[in-house]
Amino acid sequence: MGSVASYFGRLGGKEQKKEEERLFRANDRPFNLSYHYADNAIKTSKYNLFTFLPLNLFEQFRRLANAYFLFLMALQVIPQISSLSWFTTAVPLILVLSITAVKDASDDINRHKSDKQVNNRMVKVLIDGELRNEKWLNVQVGDIIKLENNQFVTADLLLLTSSEPLNLVYVETAELDGETNLKVKQALTVTGDMGDSIDALAGFKGEVRCEPPNNRLDKFKGTLTLDGQTYSLDNDKVLLRGCTLRNTEWCFGVVIFGGPDTKLMQNSGKTTFKRTSIDHLMNVLVLCIFGLLASMCAVLAIGNGIWEVREGSVFTVFLPLEQGVNAALSSFLSFWSYVIVLNTLVPISLYVSVEIIRLGNSFFIDWDRKMYYPKNDTPAQARTTTLNEELGQIKYIFSDKTGTLTQNIMTFNRCSINGKAYGELFDFSGQRVEITEKTARVDFSWNQLADPKFTFHDHSLLETVREGNPEAQAFFRLLALCHTVMPEEKKEGELYYQAQSPDEGALVTAARNFGFVFRSRTPETITAMEMGRTVTYELLAVLDFNNVRKRMSVIVRNPEGKLTLYCKGADTIIFERLHPSCNKLKEATIGHLNEYAGDGLRTLALAYKPLDESYMDKWRQRHHEASTAMEGREERLDELYEEIEKDLLLLGATAVEDKLQDGVPQTIEQLAKADIKIWVLTGDKQETAENIGYSCNMLREEMKEIFVVAANTTEGVKEELQNARRKMCPEAAEEPSVKKARAGLFWLQKTETVQDEKVDGDYGLVINGHSLAFALEKNLQLELLRTACMCQTVICCRVTPLQKAQVVQLVKKYKQAVTLAIGDGANDVSMIKAAHIGVGISGQEGMQAVLSSDYSFAQFRYLQRLLLVHGRWSYLRMCKFLQYFFYKNFTFTFVHFWYAFFCGFSAQTVYDEWFITLYNMVYTALPVLGMSIFDQDVNDRWSFQYPQLYTPGQLNQYFSKKAFVLCMMHSCYSSLILFFIPWAAMHDTVRDDGKDLADYQSFALLAQTCLLIVMNIQLCLDTYYWTAVNQFFVWGSLAAYFAITLTMYSNGMFLIFTSSFPFIGTARNSLNQPNVWLTIFLTSLLCILPVVASRFLFIQLRPTINDKVRQKVRKEALPAPAPRRPPARRISTRRSGYAFSHAQGYGDLVTSRRFLLKLRSRPPLFTQTDSPLAQNEPQLYRTIAEDPEESQSP
Amino acid sequence: MGKVKGKSGPLARRPDNSAFKQQRLPAWSPMLTANTVLPFFYLMALICMLLGVWLLLTVQSTQEIKLDYTEAGTCDVCFEKRKNVSNAAQTCTCTVVFSIKKALKGDVFFYYGLQNFHQNLRRYMDSRDDGQMVVHTASHLRKTQMVSPLPPCGAVANSIFNDSFTLTYHGSSGPSIPVPLLRKGITWYTDKNVKYRNPKNDNMTLAQVFEGTARPLYWQKPVYELDPLDPTNNGFINDDLIVWMREAAFPNFKKLYGVLYRDSQPFTKGLPAGNYTINISYNFPVQYFRGRKEVVLTTLTWFGGQNHFLPVAYLVTSCLILLVAILLTVAWWKFGKNGKRMEE
Repeated sequence: MGSVASYFGRLGGKEQKKEEERLFRANDRPFNLSYHYADNAIKTSKYNLFTFLPLNLFEQFRRLANAYFLFLMALQVIPQISSLSWFTTAVPLILVLSITAVKDASDDINRHKSDKQVNNRMVKVLIDGELRNEKWLNVQVGDIIKLENNQFVTADLLLLTSSEPLNLVYVETAELDGETNLKVKQALTVTGDMGDSIDALAGFKGEVRCEPPNNRLDKFKGTLTLDGQTYSLDNDKVLLRGCTLRNTEWCFGVVIFGGPDTKLMQNSGKTTFKRTSIDHLMNVLVLCIFGLLASMCAVLAIGNGIWEVREGSVFTVFLPLEQGVNAALSSFLSFWSYVIVLNTLVPISLYVSVEIIRLGNSFFIDWDRKMYYPKNDTPAQARTTTLNEELGQIKYIFSDKTGTLTQNIMTFNRCSINGKAYGELFDFSGQRVEITEKTARVDFSWNQLADPKFTFHDHSLLETVREGNPEAQAFFRLLALCHTVMPEEKKEGELYYQAQSPDEGALVTAARNFGFVFRSRTPETITAMEMGRTVTYELLAVLDFNNVRKRMSVIVRNPEGKLTLYCKGADTIIFERLHPSCNKLKEATIGHLNEYAGDGLRTLALAYKPLDESYMDKWRQRHHEASTAMEGREERLDELYEEIEKDLLLLGATAVEDKLQDGVPQTIEQLAKADIKIWVLTGDKQETAENIGYSCNMLREEMKEIFVVAANTTEGVKEELQNARRKMCPEAAEEPSVKKARAGLFWLQKTETVQDEKVDGDYGLVINGHSLAFALEKNLQLELLRTACMCQTVICCRVTPLQKAQVVQLVKKYKQAVTLAIGDGANDVSMIKAAHIGVGISGQEGMQAVLSSDYSFAQFRYLQRLLLVHGRWSYLRMCKFLQYFFYKNFTFTFVHFWYAFFCGFSAQTVYDEWFITLYNMVYTALPVLGMSIFDQDVNDRWSFQYPQLYTPGQLNQYFSKKAFVLCMMHSCYSSLILFFIPWAAMHDTVRDDGKDLADYQSFALLAQTCLLIVMNIQLCLDTYYWTAVNQFFVWGSLAAYFAITLTMYSNGMFLIFTSSFPFIGTARNSLNQPNVWLTIFLTSLLCILPVVASRFLFIQLRPTINDKVRQKVRKEALPAPAPRRPPARRISTRRSGYAFSHAQGYGDLVTSRRFLLKLRSRPPLFTQTDSPLAQNEPQLYRTIAEDPEESQSP
Repeated sequence: MGKVKGKSGPLARRPDNSAFKQQRLPAWSPMLTANTVLPFFYLMALICMLLGVWLLLTVQSTQEIKLDYTEAGTCDVCFEKRKNVSNAAQTCTCTVVFSIKKALKGDVFFYYGLQNFHQNLRRYMDSRDDGQMVVHTASHLRKTQMVSPLPPCGAVANSIFNDSFTLTYHGSSGPSIPVPLLRKGITWYTDKNVKYRNPKNDNMTLAQVFEGTARPLYWQKPVYELDPLDPTNNGFINDDLIVWMREAAFPNFKKLYGVLYRDSQPFTKGLPAGNYTINISYNFPVQYFRGRKEVVLTTLTWFGGQNHFLPVAYLVTSCLILLVAILLTVAWWKFGKNGKRMEE
């Protein structure tokens, strides 16, 4: 379509050369207009009032089926060929075209509306020395505009001045890249000096040269020439359309790119149009049908040729040949006549019906209350309505971790202080008590600064602290001091912490509630409230966290002048640096840590060390030297840190729970039972990912082995993968068995499928980002795939968004299986787009994932309902629909084929033309739709009870080429019965009063009645789930058939439209004959009984899982509730992941002044969704290349 | 799709809890179980058996005599004569003798039958014009005439079957008696009274109305003189024409010619046994297309003529169903009954 639009666009005279470089002057419209840069109006709509009809029709006729029917209509106009009246194809075609046109029109009207809304937003533009309110669409390149706080950025701007110090502005880029943290942009000082002086700005005559419009969000290159001076411009000075101004009173900018040239719109490239495997199958089948049609017509045409020579030539006495027609030409004409008669083989209503069914199923997803999340009022949403049945065929799920499996909320859960564990509750007999919502919480009301949202259940800890236990107090003091959190206290007593990693936030909050409140910091001091007493510490040094050190320390001096180093970090790291005197304590703590690890908690060990003043002085001296050194700064600093962080005294350990979303382990278990493989792809560290793997039951202690691939060379990775594979399956061949096949339209597409291999026992595979990069290389990817597919669980950690997509693509390519990717953040977008089905969690990390997803809901656990219930039903319904639809049309058409042998291959139809017209559109449309929208083999509760019901979908068992062939054979049988039984019964008989009954019209009526009744009974047999609506549709259709038939064969219709309704009286005269009804009965019996018998036989001999469950449903009304297992207690020897979810600390920021210059209040959650993006095309944005937060290599 | 419909509050977007939207419509889910399927099959076998027997008895009670007269009796002369188109105008009559062993009781229907005559060819059927034959005024007829000058036009009317028959009974004693045939009331009521209408004109006779029209090529008589005996049986509403115009679905067909008029002895109870002759005015050429002509005399029941197909088909079906039913029973007994295969 895009090409067409652009074609017409070009016709409109807007021929454009490729822009090499952009050049414009601020405040100089005439100059800028000479370049014909696009203005700021955007247009996402496709049509306008006048172009709608031609363009839309053009678009629609590009569809093969529609074009085919247009061609048929053209054929029908030729009198020598026309075997059917024009209306038999015209009526359905017009109906189909108009339904589609109405849908397209309403879509386009919506786009027009949103375009209009966006284009008509107001913004202040500096024109002729004054600020005027202008609509967005009137903004031109080179205009200077003023933005105010919380406004959307109008176009891509070069930032000139801002209200904030240092010409900073803060923007939120969630709409662009999905990150919610604010980004800072800074204007050039030379422009920033203009401030908000309108005169200065109006007189600003800068000339900008920069790159042409492009879609790179993270790069910008250009120069600003002002008064002969040239300044270079980079991405830091550019505000992009789609961002929102935050925490900034106002700013001025000059427009660089407008409307379609903005990076936002440039990113809105074509979204890949996803199609389901059923779609592909359907295309192939339609092609086969065309082949079948052609060969049937050819057979009949040859028949016609022979007949004309042998019979027709001598029959010319009664039916003279038309001029110039001989047997050969007649045969040729009859080929086309039969193309018309047999056109119902290619069902025109197929595509429309398929769309309707999918739409219906999408609505059911939208309407499902069990997928509605009341906490943030989010219903599930089917954003794409064309993929439903694929939901029932998922074989691989790729899941993000943060925000998808977990809530991205850390809670301080347990701790071990001085060898004593806190945080768990025991009853009198020493049994662990499960903590639920109802368990009494610790009351923190004595502490006015406590965070009310913090919950803790173990009272003994608070008592210990309040008793003044020195270790406990030191423990919390450490937590209150050793971090990089920024406090924010807008009102006295209302504290907010801004932590870079949620773990830190959780720890500081815990300290706050236990009476050690971190209140404020300056670069040199930290002020805390310790058990009600304000204490200010002097901050001497922050030994920041990074991935190698895996620890962070602070050195502080308390008011008494005592120097202390506080250190927290990964347990293994801390334990290496402990003073030997702590050995006993260490043992006890290790015990606790193992326990925590078994529960999947993230742990940190805490230690401190009193420091000597003189040593410290020297150390600071050296530290200063090192930090200002030009060479080897990092190494020297590391050495220094290493030196001071030793002989630590252990305080204890914390355990933070990375809270899983509700029901995640159960969901994963269910999906595993449905034979769906779940791979977790996360940007997180290996430890964290493993941790989550354990806590959501993907990795289990009883697994035979969990392989970790973490090599750093190609060979290493290869070896590790091979070793793992050999261990799992020693007898497997070295080379993967690849099945090569051809598929798709015209069998053009080559496919290679790596066969599944059988493995005893459960294994897990953890692979990290580096190794993955090697493993995804061409020579290793099959090895990776083989090994990974042998494992029950695959966890890839520290992967980049690109790698996520690559993994998905790998599985897609070599497994020929349906994949689903689920995620919530911008870093999941690539994978969501790569997978067959993308699911977005409408969670906290912005809208990016949701916007590019096909389905969205609020909680991971809804996935099981989406797949096991909606997906399964959709697939079942679609397959049943297709099977039945092909059956009904083939049967209908084949009868014509048999009749050809009796009517001299003259393309005479068996049925009345009106019946042919209405058969698909009226008589059989609703019953089959009713079945394929409402049908369910078993209800949702049973679907959950038996996730195995899902497996037939993965194996394509309900509808495939084989099923299609079977369906065709069935049709063939039915059509034979439907033609030859009435023929034999009628050809030599008369009415009970001796009058004609074997005439053409009576036979047509009999044949069509038989057909319709058989089709309806067959439908009844196929329907599992009989609602009142189904009954109504089936009986209603039959009633409608008789009503319409009697009407059309009535005197009145004949007298009004004589030539259209020649069947006058046929219905009355033959439907009152008992032998007509006896024939109908026999025909139905012979068509239906074999089906019943074979189905019954299959149920007895080889019942499918569906049959089994349905059998159970008959016996028990409701499934037995699943037994609730108490959480198993695990003691793990595995060292847990330490709790730092970020890569690099804020250390230098904390100690630098810049960060503290401006720390404004930031609303905790942006509720604003009224953005230009959300209203425009939802799936516009291609992706953002890198995940900035976690995936960097250490 | 989940749009807010004037609701507000924290649960504004919560979907309605209706049985339809939650896919919980009350429903009946039938299943093919032994309890339903097996009795159904036995029942169907029984029903088919009963129907078959009943129909067979019914059909057996009818009698039918078929007589191919294409070259039979003295008709071979006419057959040869009609081979030559130049003789088309010459009349030719012939006689066929046959005997009835057992009296045909009740109403006896007289049919002519044609074989290998394709009334169902598309072009043949398309060539007719139904509109022409329901014209209501003479002026309208003139108008349609401009398009198709031959009333009735088209290959169907043109090829009307034009043999005529007289049947004579030769009793064992006594003279030959012509068998009276009722030649009217042999069409569908709707055809005679709705579908075909003569153009009406109060002051004109039929001949005047049709004045200026040509007769179809093969017709010896114009359309308004088809039945010389009954002036109301002329024009488009002539019974023979209407019967012929109702095209047969298959190339072998029979069409009603007349019904025995049971008014006088010895025909009050049907056709008595004995010898009969048919005098045929042999006009219709069939040799061109290797066709055959026949006359059929038959009695009827509520089930129509003597067609053995349905009764036999029912009996065969019944046997098949029974066979299948037994097979299914065995399969169920051996495999399905204990329900082992139904377990997980």
